[in-house]
Amino acid sequence: MAGAFWCVVEDDRSGRPKKVMSEVLGEATRLAGAAEAVWLTDKATDEGLKQLGEWGAVKIWLLEHADLAPYRGEVWVPVLEALVERESPKAIFGPVTSRQREFLARLAARLGVGLAADCVALALEGDRLVATRPVYAGKLLSKVAWAKTPWVATLRPNVFRPADAQAGRTASVERPALTLPAARMKLVERREEVSTGLPELTEAEIVLSGGRGMKGPENYVILEELGGVIGAAVGASRAAVDAGWRPHRFQIGQTGRTISPKLYMGFGVSGAIQHLAGMRTSKVIVAVNKDPEAPIFKIADYGIVADLFEVVPHLTQEFKKLLEK
Amino acid sequence: MKILVAIKQVPDTATQVKIGADAKGIDTAGITWIVSPYDEFAVEEALRIKEKAGQGEVVAVTLGPERAKEALRSCLAMGCDRAIHLNDPAWGGTDTLVTARALAAVVKQEAPQLVLCGRQAIDDDMGATPAQLAEALGWPCAYWIMEEAVAADGQSIRVARQVEGGLEVFDVPLPAVLTCQKGLNEPRYPTLKGIMGAKKKEIKDVKAGDLGLEPGGEQLSVVALEALPPRPPGRIIQGDVPTAVKELVRSLREEAKAI
Ligand SMILES: Cc1cc2nc3c(=O)[nH]c(=O)nc-3n(C[C@H](O)[C@H](O)[C@H](O)COP(=O)(O)OP(=O)(O)OC[C@H]3O[C@@H](n4cnc5c(N)ncnc54)[C@H](O)[C@@H]3O)c2cc1C
Repeated sequence: MAGAFWCVVEDDRSGRPKKVMSEVLGEATRLAGAAEAVWLTDKATDEGLKQLGEWGAVKIWLLEHADLAPYRGEVWVPVLEALVERESPKAIFGPVTSRQREFLARLAARLGVGLAADCVALALEGDRLVATRPVYAGKLLSKVAWAKTPWVATLRPNVFRPADAQAGRTASVERPALTLPAARMKLVERREEVSTGLPELTEAEIVLSGGRGMKGPENYVILEELGGVIGAAVGASRAAVDAGWRPHRFQIGQTGRTISPKLYMGFGVSGAIQHLAGMRTSKVIVAVNKDPEAPIFKIADYGIVADLFEVVPHLTQEFKKLLEK
Repeated sequence: MKILVAIKQVPDTATQVKIGADAKGIDTAGITWIVSPYDEFAVEEALRIKEKAGQGEVVAVTLGPERAKEALRSCLAMGCDRAIHLNDPAWGGTDTLVTARALAAVVKQEAPQLVLCGRQAIDDDMGATPAQLAEALGWPCAYWIMEEAVAADGQSIRVARQVEGGLEVFDVPLPAVLTCQKGLNEPRYPTLKGIMGAKKKEIKDVKAGDLGLEPGGEQLSVVALEALPPRPPGRIIQGDVPTAVKELVRSLREEAKAI
């Protein structure tokens, strides 16, 4: 297919594509009628390839080599550039993740084309693609267009409709010959985070956020309990992070993570503009705050004016009852 | 060690931004401008590297209109030694790629061993310029740095980069481009002495022609800037806590279908 739409696979480092790929493949398919996956990995699994096919990839370009992990731009960029030169895709999309933010920016520079990062909508207008992206702390939306193809873009997780998965649908797999440049960056160690057992903040469909109103680090247990019941990630405001109650990776906002879950619930969070910058594209927003004047109520779909320490245990009980049914 | 820090002047998040007359940029009247917060982590880290080594030079550089000088002054007041201002109307409608190429030309002239940037500028949140600068230079690059340590021989730097699920620690040969993440340090406030001293430090104006660059070449352009679609009005759920919570759960399930 000339002028294909490519989706760069984000995997979980054990050979399986992350769920966000269903959204990227879904959007590319919606725009172009068909999407192809490009997977740079040290180790793909059959299960992963099958998953990409079920999510609608018609073809998988499998770039597999031991030296493609850990991610290093200086290795990935020339490898994909060579394939782009040969195949001339029309678009290259990836999810917003820490590595793809850098990778697709570098690739775009190498190709001399534009990059639109952190898009929340894409639309074909005639023969051009127009991307919508939040700017100025999410206060405005900027629509951007490219001077030429390939259109390179990163897509915010949880915003785009996932692909209609079809069990048993398969993709053809092509393994191009690879020439890897020598890496100058050498991995010394990987420090894994202690798993909370809850989903990752940027991927979670439900996020609970605890602010300064949580009063102390020990109280996050009640949010984690609630999170366990409804499968939610637990994040925090900067005030809570700066107080040392939560590690920085849990911070939501302008100087933290940008999230876009189906449901965001803020507990003891005032809703400062910098916090909103990181969560205002959430689909449903719930606020629990003692102060009826807290700015978060202005953007919340549902609010309860009360002490969070009374509300959270009741919520946990109610959700338990609901989900047991 | 010579370190170049690329910074950007952006509107303070707390100021209201209004769409400008051409509907492609903002109305700049009445805006309070600041150094983009992530860039302050970069300036702070550069100063710390210099202080730890007991020698070196930290050069702040920005591309922007005349007012961007104030941002460079703030960096000088924090302790940067001098500054370079890419100040030319030719760069009026620039995108990240044009910015990266202009910065690369400065880096080639200045030949620092390290370039530090913020993770992203908080106006357009593109976060692409540092990676594109590294690409233009052919240098290694590491994003979202949470820790760093320059090797004793000054030939490489050990960095911890934040990724989903943990930190990856790399040895990166110099020269390199790094982007700084919150958590790396706590930026200092300029002292009165620093602010006074900044007035005497050099800010060099540079035009596109001085770098041998042609104007133009933008690859991404803004078609339109729009206000957010309004959120439907929300509802404060009344009643005592048990009643309100029951109603919230019911609403999330039945109305919002969020659970
Ligand atoms: C450059 C810059 C970047 C920033 N980046 C971020 C960012 O990324 N993320 C971020 O979150 N902030 C960020 N901030 C900080 C932001 O401005 C706010 O200071 C911060 O979000 C406030 O956190 P908070 O809402 O938890 O605390 P507060 O503003 O102190 O609010 C606490 C709230 O809890 C309520 N409360 C207290 N006790 C209870 C209780 N028992 N039950 C119910 N409610 C209770 C109070 O009524 C209050 O509304 C940034 C600031 C700057 C200057």
